[in-house]
Amino acid sequence: MSGTAHATKFLDRVDVASLPGDQEARQSALATFFSTGWPDRKHEAWHYTDLNARMRSFADEALVTRTLRPEFPSVDIPRLVFVDGVWDKNLSSDSLNFLRTRGIPEQKAGSSPIVALNAAITLDGADLKISAGQNAGTILLVSVGSADGLAIAPRHRITLEKGSNLTVIEVIRGAGRYLHVPVTEIDVRDGGTLRHFRLQEESQDSVHVATILATIGESAAYETFTLGVGASLARSEFHVTLGGSGADVQINAAQLLTGTQHGDVTTIVAHDAPGCTSRQTVKSVIDGSARGVFQGRIEVARIAQKTDGYQMNQALLLSDSAEIDSKPELEIFADDVKCSHGAAIGALDPEQIFYLRSRGVSEQEARAILIRAFLHEALEPITDDVARPLFEAAIQSWRWGASG
Amino acid sequence: MVAVTETLQTINQLAGTGYKFGFETDIEMDVAPKGLNEKIIRLISEKKREPDWLLEWRLKSYRAWLSMEEPAWARIVHPKIEYQELHYYAAPKGPAPKSLADVDPELLNMYDKLGIPLNERAALAGVAIDAVFDSVSVATTFRESLAKVGVIFCSMSEAVREHPELVRRFLGSVVPAGDNYYAALNSAVFSDGSFVFVPRGVRCPMELSTYFRINARNTGQFERTLIIAEEGASVSYLEGCTAPMRDENQLHAAVVELVALDEASIKYSTVQNWYPGDAQGNGGIYNFVTKRGACRGRKSKISWTQVETGSAITWKYPSCILQGEGAVGEFYSVAVTNHFQQADTGTKMIHLAPNTTSTILSKGISAGRSSNTYRGLVRIMPRAANARNFTQCDSLLIGNHCGAHTVPYIESRNQSSKIEHEATTSKISDDQLFYCRSRGLSEEDSVGLIVNGFCRDVLKELPMEFAVEAQKLLAVSLEGSVG
Repeated sequence: MSGTAHATKFLDRVDVASLPGDQEARQSALATFFSTGWPDRKHEAWHYTDLNARMRSFADEALVTRTLRPEFPSVDIPRLVFVDGVWDKNLSSDSLNFLRTRGIPEQKAGSSPIVALNAAITLDGADLKISAGQNAGTILLVSVGSADGLAIAPRHRITLEKGSNLTVIEVIRGAGRYLHVPVTEIDVRDGGTLRHFRLQEESQDSVHVATILATIGESAAYETFTLGVGASLARSEFHVTLGGSGADVQINAAQLLTGTQHGDVTTIVAHDAPGCTSRQTVKSVIDGSARGVFQGRIEVARIAQKTDGYQMNQALLLSDSAEIDSKPELEIFADDVKCSHGAAIGALDPEQIFYLRSRGVSEQEARAILIRAFLHEALEPITDDVARPLFEAAIQSWRWGASG
Repeated sequence: MVAVTETLQTINQLAGTGYKFGFETDIEMDVAPKGLNEKIIRLISEKKREPDWLLEWRLKSYRAWLSMEEPAWARIVHPKIEYQELHYYAAPKGPAPKSLADVDPELLNMYDKLGIPLNERAALAGVAIDAVFDSVSVATTFRESLAKVGVIFCSMSEAVREHPELVRRFLGSVVPAGDNYYAALNSAVFSDGSFVFVPRGVRCPMELSTYFRINARNTGQFERTLIIAEEGASVSYLEGCTAPMRDENQLHAAVVELVALDEASIKYSTVQNWYPGDAQGNGGIYNFVTKRGACRGRKSKISWTQVETGSAITWKYPSCILQGEGAVGEFYSVAVTNHFQQADTGTKMIHLAPNTTSTILSKGISAGRSSNTYRGLVRIMPRAANARNFTQCDSLLIGNHCGAHTVPYIESRNQSSKIEHEATTSKISDDQLFYCRSRGLSEEDSVGLIVNGFCRDVLKELPMEFAVEAQKLLAVSLEGSVG
């Protein structure tokens, strides 16, 4: 069956006409989505991630109902909780002052069918606006998927006015077999700094396709780290545009995959202004018969002279049936630039394991130490005191060799 | 397509009273009507007195081609190619220049810069054959000494007639009839090309070059080359030459197949300097080539080296299929684009067997308003334990109106394999230029020197005499790109 056929079956459960907001916009977004349906390998942007194949089970298999309310990380910061894509007043801190997107996307879908799908069915999302010069501290943004058969599509919007600061720690959890397609629109204006930490611990039965659409202004900075351990299929797709001179972007990510998981980190960093810097480090640890994907593109426009772009992706294969596919691209139209990318794929070094074993460390522990060391480079830039322990704990509890 | 129009005009002039379908013998070669259909393919096959199995193979390829679509994934832009407007059998030739005095002065100027001997210039410029220096005897001598050690080096047509069992066994075994759009087209209508067979244990005593093969001239736009090295054999093959060749066909779709058996080694070097179009981007050759080598045997080795400076469009991915345990694949490439040239080139390394290794070294230089893309695939299959790949892709941009792109695909399905990939993009630094200029070099010479340094790792893989020529060629290709 084609991607469109599966999509129809899946979306039969969503009555788009009954959703609030601009019906016309929803229908046009839906049409955009249906022009491709669930993307598969024929779409170059999805060359290594066949979402259509994975969605087949969502459309065909009988649904099992199972409701579970996951726990939140116990950290003492204001938190916003979205359950199944809708703001939950009772679970959220009441001290927070924010708006809700209520199903009204601002950014256009572009060519992504998943962003279009989100626009068609989104109900809610946080709309955070930080006024000029304000240091807004740290916010915990929690997404919970709670039941089988749901299509969860929050649309969050984060706007930082000139010279403001914000740290967002996003924790994504759930139980059940659901589809989660969050879209986050980010606008960091001149001189602003947004730190965006994402911990994706979705239910092992879910499909998670997150899209981050970010524009970074003059001398502004966007720093993001994603750790992915959950979902049967997960994809984090970053579209970051450096729109003002001197903008600085850091996109780091790590994914830990086991069983039959499929994890995809896709980044498109567009240098549209001169003198900008971008840094990317993406690490994949792959066990079982899991499959990891990295696609990263640095685009340098003609005007973007003095660009400094760097991208590194590394993968560690822990089993004979693990697979990594990597596609690091450079697209350069300006001559006075410094751009490079590197990729390295390999296994744990037996000599390093031997070194540790000979010092009395168990095999299991030796491997854990080396895996942690491998991830270090991507974790290093996280200086936030709240975020860092969350990630450390998630890595600590990740069990390679488990049949997820 | 300019060349086609010119060709048609020529035919009309020659035919006097308008062009009728059918064969004309009053011009230099037989002419088939334009367009492509099964009748034309039967005709090509018949004219070449080919056996039935080859005709069947051509027809099969043609039918596969019909069901295929022109690929659109490469980063190239060109007007739609009208395949039914082309001639597929011996496209009629325009009048050859009678002497060097009739040859385009631009071309002569270039020969001068490349330091090509006077007597060879005529041959390259396509001056009528009887005016050309005595290359026939040279070629014959070579063929005799090759025959002594059992190396077969002849045209594909000759091979089909004289060694049908070899051709039948290997033709299409690396690039199957329906492999891709352009390869299918080539398989249906291929004109001629080289055939090399190096028997077991023989080290080919000399570098084989199309240049020395008498019937190499006018192998046409659909060249087909097949090189086989048996167990323990080794051969080095040179294709093309640094001098720009006069060519009337705008579309080229060649196929090259290499087969290396146990411990055999094949080195295939190309210098491609076909007409790139003028400085305004008019004309130029469209070059869609499928080159692939199969390392079938244990510890076999295939090495591709290419210097690509010509053609308006280059679409070319010389690949290695590493099937034998411990097989080695190498790809060394320099691609230069200037003015409005477009190159989308790279390689594929498919690791199927344990302990296979591959090395990719690619240097792209873009200048003017050109576009230069490296596109490559490294794939490690589950059986390829301890496979190893190293890739280095560097791009150099000269000027602010060109583009340099890198699109590598890296796929690993074996944990014991190691893959490393590095890519960089930069420009010629002002410091480097200043250093050269302060020592009295002109700006153009400085750029030439720096670019040669940038390409050194690849150029040193070329056979010596080729390397010297290639260095000059790089400098000439980049003329007018600075200052």
